[in-house]
Amino acid sequence: MAIKAPALQAENLARGYGDRWALSGLNLELAQGRSLLLAGANGAGKTTTLRLLATTLQPSEGSLRVFGVDSRHDPMTVRRHIALLTHRTQLYNELTASENLQVSARLMGLRRDSNRIPALLERVGLSSRSNDRARSFSAGMRKRLAFARLLLQDPQIILLDEPYGQLDPEGFVFVDNLVAQLLEEGRTLVLSTHLLERASSMLDSGLLLCAGRMAWVGPAKDLPTAFAATVSS
Amino acid sequence: MNVLSQCWAVLAKDILLDLRGSSRLTAVLFFAMMTLLLFSFGSEPDPESMRRHAAGYLWLALLLSSVLALGESFRSEVEDEALEGLRLLPVDPRALFYGKALSNTLFLLVLATILLPLSLGLYGAEVRGSLTSLIGFIILGTAGLAAPGCLYAAMTSQARGQDVLLPLLLFPLVVPVLIACVKGTGLCLSGDAMGQASSLLSVVATFDLVYWSVCGLLFGKVIDE
Repeated sequence: MAIKAPALQAENLARGYGDRWALSGLNLELAQGRSLLLAGANGAGKTTTLRLLATTLQPSEGSLRVFGVDSRHDPMTVRRHIALLTHRTQLYNELTASENLQVSARLMGLRRDSNRIPALLERVGLSSRSNDRARSFSAGMRKRLAFARLLLQDPQIILLDEPYGQLDPEGFVFVDNLVAQLLEEGRTLVLSTHLLERASSMLDSGLLLCAGRMAWVGPAKDLPTAFAATVSS
Repeated sequence: MNVLSQCWAVLAKDILLDLRGSSRLTAVLFFAMMTLLLFSFGSEPDPESMRRHAAGYLWLALLLSSVLALGESFRSEVEDEALEGLRLLPVDPRALFYGKALSNTLFLLVLATILLPLSLGLYGAEVRGSLTSLIGFIILGTAGLAAPGCLYAAMTSQARGQDVLLPLLLFPLVVPVLIACVKGTGLCLSGDAMGQASSLLSVVATFDLVYWSVCGLLFGKVIDE
């Protein structure tokens, strides 16, 4: 029986800026369909970790394998499996919601007659605004559109950097439901947030970063306590 | 999905953005027209001198305007980190570069098409040489400005003082193309008795080939960090 390669496998991953290490010695292995909650104070290295996993940042040391593929040697193949939602929504403000998704769809070679775009806009609650420019959207609506673009990629691994940011309570529920659906679909998920109590009940394992280093690893449900202990010490 | 299809997708997106926000063309066009007008104030009020310098003024106006156009083209890419969003997709960086370079070449071509008759009228010049060669200089010259311009605009788009850095990097690099285009366009306007325009066109084409291939290779590295 063939052994399936882990969805994500980071070995001694590190990233430095000049003589400062934003992240060092990150070892991580996540099987397909599993989820990880990433926590840490501001500047602990959460965003750097996610950008390294998404291959938009090159590691200074160490290696990253996605389904067994080395990210340095074949970043294009890796990017076919991974999607990252960042703090910024990465939209073209002068294009409509639908056009923003069409740009990504064309670049990924999706069929033009596909019904995926209207369906995705419906899924994120923006179908009535599909022909409105992104510039006219509220922060929460922009975030929803960014989610739609992420889902358009249909990735196996989803990286979410502060997905609750800029959302109202209704938006929080939207993200919770979406995360639950993605996990049900068997996708691998890494989520970084400060809302630990909210996210820890949904995810499998937890990783606490402190000053760019791994400070704690364990079940996600225990992460809020571990984080509180780190802060108080 | 091949590089060509991805390149077309980037080009289509840029054209759509330009059509949506026509302010880029309007602003750059007015700047270029002002530049042409100001050059005429700076030269002697002698019709012959104005005619002689028409080609130089046209290309300087295009060069200065290209800095504004390129800066604006990348502003929409960095405003909400949209370019970063494209990089997260499995898209070949060469497709991003060639799409952007083609869209900026088209933009400069439109600008040049408007500026050429304006400069002819303003400086009292006329096309006495080959019109085909003149069109060749316009197409190859704008392509020669757009390719390195896109590379440097991407490089400086997130830097402080982008408006200063871009011309500082771009101008020295495009000097050979600029000189050849000024001389060639001058010959097309004044008459090319010795048939030198074709060799100057070859010079511009050679530089274009180097710019478009080298910049295409370097673009991935530039946007990766």
